[in-house]
This record gives sequence, C-alpha cells and structure tokens, in this order.
Amino acid sequence: MTSRITADDVVHVARLARLSLTDDEVTTFTDQLAAVLDHAADVEALSIDDVPPMIHPWPLRNVMRPDEVGATLDRDEVLAHAPATEEGQFRVPAILGDEP
Amino acid sequence: MTDERSGESVEGDGTTLRSPTTGDVWEIVVGLEVHAELATATKLFSAAPNVFGGEPNRNIDPVSLGLPGSLPVLNHRAVELAMRVGLALGCEVRPCVFARKNYFYPDMPKDFQISQFDLPLNVDGQLELPSGQIAGIERAHLEEDTGKNMHVGGDGRIHGAEASLVDYNRAGVPLIEIVGRPDLRGAEQARQYVAELRSVLVAVGASDGKMEEGSLRVDANVSVRPLGDPELGTRCEIKNVNSLRSLGRAIDYEARRQVDLLEAGERVAQETRHWDDANGRTRSGRSKEQAEDYRYFPEPDLVPLDPDPAWVEAVRAALPPLPAERRRRLADAGGVAPAAVALHVERGLDALALAAMAAGADPARVLNHVEHNLAVDGAHDLDAGAFAELVAMETGGELTATQAKQVLADMVTSGRSARDIASERGFEAMDTSELDSALDAVIAEFADDWAAFCAADDPGKRKKLTGFFTGKVMAATQGRADGRAVGEALTRRAAG
Repeated sequence: MTSRITADDVVHVARLARLSLTDDEVTTFTDQLAAVLDHAADVEALSIDDVPPMIHPWPLRNVMRPDEVGATLDRDEVLAHAPATEEGQFRVPAILGDEP
Repeated sequence: MTDERSGESVEGDGTTLRSPTTGDVWEIVVGLEVHAELATATKLFSAAPNVFGGEPNRNIDPVSLGLPGSLPVLNHRAVELAMRVGLALGCEVRPCVFARKNYFYPDMPKDFQISQFDLPLNVDGQLELPSGQIAGIERAHLEEDTGKNMHVGGDGRIHGAEASLVDYNRAGVPLIEIVGRPDLRGAEQARQYVAELRSVLVAVGASDGKMEEGSLRVDANVSVRPLGDPELGTRCEIKNVNSLRSLGRAIDYEARRQVDLLEAGERVAQETRHWDDANGRTRSGRSKEQAEDYRYFPEPDLVPLDPDPAWVEAVRAALPPLPAERRRRLADAGGVAPAAVALHVERGLDALALAAMAAGADPARVLNHVEHNLAVDGAHDLDAGAFAELVAMETGGELTATQAKQVLADMVTSGRSARDIASERGFEAMDTSELDSALDAVIAEFADDWAAFCAADDPGKRKKLTGFFTGKVMAATQGRADGRAVGEALTRRAAG
C-alpha cells in the first residue's frame, strides 16, 4: 500500500520543530510514523455512522477554578536550572533571521 | 496626502487611493485582529498573578513555564469576561474547545500556545462605530498570552541579535482575540474601530484597554482592489502596531506598497509584515520556508467548555449600557447627532453630562465644556450638581465663557463650588454702571477710533473696531467684563 506519510513530510515537520535529522533517521521515522498512521486507518475502516463525534475521552465539561492567586515559583531556583541566564531572565540563542 | 515615493494620493475620505499615472482608483480593505488582556487576578490556566510590569520572571509557576507534569485548569473569571465581550458585540456564545497552536519560539516554553481554533467561544457579532457604520465580527475567542523576548546584541532587532532574554511573567495571561471581518475601508475607519472596541472592552470591565502597556494589541490585515471589484485582493498581515497613530500610518503605507506592486505588474505575496514605526514602513516578517504551519489539534489536557445557558443570560443581563447606546442617549438629550458626542462617551463623561443636563444645565454648554475643558484627570469625580451650577452662572451672564473655563478647571482640582471660586477670583458679574464707566474711559481715551466706529458702515470694519474696543474694556476691567455685553453696549451707544 502507498505510505500515508512521505520523507518530505517528516523533513518538514522536523524543520518546524527545529530538529536536525540524518537521512537514516528520516527513513526510520518515516517508516515508524507510517505504521502509526496505518493503525489509525484500522479505526477508519470501522462503520461509525451512528457514533457521535467525541472531542474528549472523559465525559466532563466546564472544569474551572476560581480566579484566586496561588503560589509562584522562586525565580532564583528556577533560573538555576537554565543553561544561561541574564538579568533575571532566560538567555536563549537568537533563533530567527536565519534558516534553522 | 501625497507619498513622495509613488505620488499616489489618498482620496478625500481616506478609503481609496488614486494612481496619478493611470488614474485608477484602488479601494483599501482592512480587517483587524485585536488582542486584549483580560482583567483577571490570575492567568488563564494557572493561579500565577496576572499583573503588568514588575521584575522579570516573578509571576511564574509550573504551568507558565510548561514544566513536565503541570496541567492547565481554566480560569472561571476569564471565561466570564470573554462572554461579556462576546455578548456586548452581539455574538452567539457557543460550546467550545481549546486547541494547541504549535510553533517553535522561546516565548512559549511548552512550544505551543493554548488557543481556540475551529470551535471558538463567541461567533458572529458586530460593532457599531460612532459614524453609524456597522463592522462585522467573525469570532472572539480565548487564548493565553506569550512571554516577552528581548533581543540583545547586534542592533537590538530580531535580525542580527546575538541572543534573546525571556521573561515569562506574561506567559499564560488570558487574552481575548477579536477577529473582525474585512469590512473596514482605509486608515480612519480602522482607527475608529479600534477606539470603539476599546471603549466596549473598558465599559464591560473586560480590559483596561491600554495600548501603550500592550494590554490591547492590533494586527491589521490589509489588501487593495480596484474600486467596485467584488473580489478581495491578496492580504498582508501587519504586526507590531502599538498605537492608533501607528495603525493609520501602517495601513496607508501598506496600501501604497501593494498598489505600487500591482501597477508594476507584480503580485502581492500573502505574508506577515512588521511595522517599523521609526522608519515609517512595513517589512517582510518570516521567510517562505518558515511559513505558518501551526498543526492545530484539540488540547487533550482541557475538557470542553459549554457555558450553562443560565450563566450566559445572567452575564448578558448584567452588561452595562454600551458606548453606542450611551451615544444615542447623550445625543438625544443634547439635541445633536451621535457622532458629535463620540469623544464624550469615549472619555466616560457621558453620565456626568446627562446628570448636569438633568439638573437644568444648558445642553450645548455642557457638551462644549465636556469636549473641550474636561479632558483632564479628575473630571470623572466632578459633581454633576456643581457642574450644573457653573453652567447656570455662565448662562445667566454671571461668568463669561473664559471665566467659566477657568472656574471649571479650578473646580476639578480643588473640588470647591463654582460660586466660591468665582467670588475668590473676583469674577462677580459687573453691574451696568461699572461697565458704563469703563466704556466712558475707553471712549474718551480713543476718541478718534470711536468716531471711526460710529461712522463705519462697512460690517467688516465695524467688527474689527468692536474687537479693538472690547479688548480695551477687557484690559481696563482685568478680563471681568462679558465680551458679548461689551459688544452690545458699543452698538447701543453708537446708535444712540
């Protein structure tokens, strides 16, 4: 059967997530993702005309909390886990402007 | 207005552009997306505080940072405020779900923003502008705000920056995104739309509407088409528009840019462009390879939101009078058109004006004071009865227009009564004998001018000399005389 996903799709999605993949990885992931999609196709084959669409597996609606301020995290403790910080902020590489 | 680059000019009402070379007229089509931060105490999906300013990264919790295992829980108050906005805009409130908008950028640490996609909370509304124009609203949905990036190194802009510093205080702050239909034509209508929408947001208590603090942000979708063409042209989305003035400039610039392209036989590329306020131009945002591809899917960590009809109706019933209705009310009371009282309502001074009129104050003078003399801090605290007393003193000739303006300013800052202030400043009504003796003195001093005044049969010359004598009498009485009374006395004497 024709694959539901192409190597180009995998490269595109990897680029959106800024992941750098080798050619071998692209082949591996294309095969693996195709298998996942084939599994979903098993569901598509079922007759579900009389089953209402389901947005969420839990039969819950309207789960909300009151607008009350709670605890915050300690900034120094949080920033201690970051690879780089500056002036109380996370320092990250410039990511726009050039191709990833 | 002429653009030195292309020579095209914006037509009289600002809704079209005319090309000087071809004579073709192009219509400027605008649809706006307005993001407003909702005035909650906490974030949309967590209990971290929603406050503007302060030190970076103080209002953060596991949800704001997207830490593994943290889960979002919806803020009840944010939903209520969003429903207020939707209902104020005449939208239908519908069962809705949240969706993940996936993109890679450090302003969202979990690499997606929780928004609404195919099933938004509010759909199909409209906004009535002061001109009476109706602009369609496609939807108004809930989403979380992002953190703030500050680009450092290089020239400080995105391009050429060495690194970005990220502050997540704003990450997760509740936003309502109000998507307008492409019903606006040109910059002026766009400005009116944003000003009106801001008034509605403030009136219902959903947002403080401060563009300068970023709690109200506008993206403009701009396209052009030959006037009369029913098809929409290719649009560009203009971001980074931080004031009403910038919005107008950005739309004018972008429309000209697109007309230039089309008249040169080129095409407009659909893209995101950034407004560069310092240089007065838009520039291309993301490259083609980074075209938007958000891969929306339903947020599995949040259950559907389906507001109970009783809740919806309670919110609707509790809505305050909206700006369009308030304009009609004030305009009726003042005997003017609704567009003439747009500023009064926008400043929130319509209740004061109505109360002063109800207390017997002359409507025209009330509207005039509110428009011209009350655009100041503290005006909202002015007592309507005290304001009405001032207007009555002015109407009754006890105060001149200039004096009334000064007394009003003093009333706002000091809270004292018009009568006390007028008395202290010596703004007592001049009695006839005092005015007469002032006139006698001035006429004696400028006898030649007086003879010329009496002999003048040319209305222009008479008017000029009236101004001259009024000025002299004002100087002699330290501005206490009523200009109109002086003019009348001069005419009487010349005739007698």
